[in-house]
Amino acid sequence: MTELLASGSGSSAIKELINKLCEPHWFLIISVVLFFVFLIGYRTFTKPAIAGTIGALSTLAFLASCTDPNFVKIIQKADNVPIVMMMMSVSFFLWLAFRQAAVNDERMEKGEPLLEAGADDKVLVWPDLVYIELICLVLFTAFLVVWTVVLRAPLEQPADPNVAPNPAKAPWYFLGLQEMLVYFDPWLAGVVLPGLIIVGLIAIPYIDTNPRGNGYYTFKERPFAITTFLFGFVILWVVLIIFGTFLRGPNWNFFGPFEYWDLHRPMALLNTEFHDIVWIGMLGKALPTEDWWFIPGYLIRELPGILVVGAYFVIGPLALYALFFRKIYRQIGFIRYNVMVMLLLVMMLMPIKMALRWTLNLHYVVGITEWFLNV
Amino acid sequence: MGRIGNWIREGQIWGSVFRHGVPRDRRTRAMAILSNVFLHLHPVAVRKSGIRLSFTWCMGGLTFFLFLVEIVTGVLLMFYYRPVVEYAYFDIQGLRAHVTLGLLREMHRWGAHAMIITIWLHMLRVFLTGSYKPPREFNWSIGVILLVLTLLLSFTGYLLPWDQLAMWAITVGSNMARATPLAGSEGPLTSFLQIGGVPLVHAGDDARFGLLAGTFVGPNALLRFYVLHCVFIPVVVTVLLAVHFWRIRKDGGISGPL
Repeated sequence: MTELLASGSGSSAIKELINKLCEPHWFLIISVVLFFVFLIGYRTFTKPAIAGTIGALSTLAFLASCTDPNFVKIIQKADNVPIVMMMMSVSFFLWLAFRQAAVNDERMEKGEPLLEAGADDKVLVWPDLVYIELICLVLFTAFLVVWTVVLRAPLEQPADPNVAPNPAKAPWYFLGLQEMLVYFDPWLAGVVLPGLIIVGLIAIPYIDTNPRGNGYYTFKERPFAITTFLFGFVILWVVLIIFGTFLRGPNWNFFGPFEYWDLHRPMALLNTEFHDIVWIGMLGKALPTEDWWFIPGYLIRELPGILVVGAYFVIGPLALYALFFRKIYRQIGFIRYNVMVMLLLVMMLMPIKMALRWTLNLHYVVGITEWFLNV
Repeated sequence: MGRIGNWIREGQIWGSVFRHGVPRDRRTRAMAILSNVFLHLHPVAVRKSGIRLSFTWCMGGLTFFLFLVEIVTGVLLMFYYRPVVEYAYFDIQGLRAHVTLGLLREMHRWGAHAMIITIWLHMLRVFLTGSYKPPREFNWSIGVILLVLTLLLSFTGYLLPWDQLAMWAITVGSNMARATPLAGSEGPLTSFLQIGGVPLVHAGDDARFGLLAGTFVGPNALLRFYVLHCVFIPVVVTVLLAVHFWRIRKDGGISGPL
């Protein structure tokens, strides 16, 4: 234990730095910056030599990290193995897709045929496709059998309602949602926002009327659609899962990858309410408690927050139209535009709330705790 | 050997199973697909670019394959496992300790995780190739629902080993249902649903109660999740898979540039 503590508390400056960079705000900011740098420079970064170097370096960094006992403890936790696999395969396939997009985009500029060209070239399913499927299936079965034999499925102590583990985590694929619980109440993080993710995904083909990029890899022909989707998938889903599994320890406190999961780390969070900021901080008044006509006092107290959230969803679409989306509006029309912008604004609630938490320590924008209605 | 092979292939039994000759020419190869109930999920011929592995990643196919693996291993596990609090955990332990092929539990669990990864990658591929665009909008929607059902399959199965990991993961997950607007006892606006001060929605009848058949993760929840996991969701998934595959054919097969 003491050995763990000693090595975990940062015997080397690099580990200390990485722990620091993995703090939620830095981690997210760096991820977002890298995300956009990759999208802007996708033609350069996907070149096999460069992508290969990045891949090799990250693998090396991962292997070097495995010499740290705390890091090993985290990645060996029950059910954390698939997440490492998920991270690697998502990175690989993103590269594969963007490599082909880069090649296609270049070919289109030169007027050359696409990688997928030749719509009339047909091959018979037997044997061409059936054999590919068979080979995939056999290889994957071999992989699964090895995985099965080598790694034991986790089985902990028998269920005991009286002993709650700390931290208690949902299955790994839901940890993005559990991470949202840090910033939102369960009715949003666990019910409304997941519901809207599903609705939003289903709505994609009905919103995106761009006829180009149908059936081949491209980025240039549909940059907005791809950027938005990948922002949701990579940043708000995969990165948050990494957050939730690897960086959240006891009491849902944040821990760097080389830190010891100390049960006794204090939770130093004193959250500020938006109504305090406005009524007390800005107006210098006490919080209103009196009812006015038929409106209860707590609604008057929350009026600033309600106005802000209302403005976000009313002025947001107009402002986005004026600033960025004139062309898109012309393409997709009134109804599609509004549905798209609403979904976009809902999606951006998460990073906005995170930023507000980190800068202002903000708890609720609207806090009608009387109705369990907190945003 | 060749003569025995020919003798078998020309006999009545072989001929009754396979209605066509050895698939060596165009006609018999087409027949091999057309006259086989499993293979006729495919069209007879496909676009050349559509079968490149770098285009499809084979992720949809692998997801379906993993679904089959889960069914086979799952049915075998059902022979042994009893969804009762007193037995569940020890049945799982027994699988490990003294059941021939008890390793199938490992395959079932890792296969489930792999299926979630492959289905995400499948969605990623379909999105990045724009394959959800007309005429495939509806099939994308079916696919999204299949994705959600896959997550729910994995989530319901998570409880069955009845260990600490299972119980508390499901506790965390199902606590969310308590916060459903208007339908959860701690959800927003639920407090307005009352008659004369008596709440209509409370811990004993809200969304979470419906999910767990109780107010905590207990024996009823175990049985409920077992039935959802082994019967209800797989049946729904199977039906939707049929629609999904059928629509791939009807919507013009694997996508490609128009």
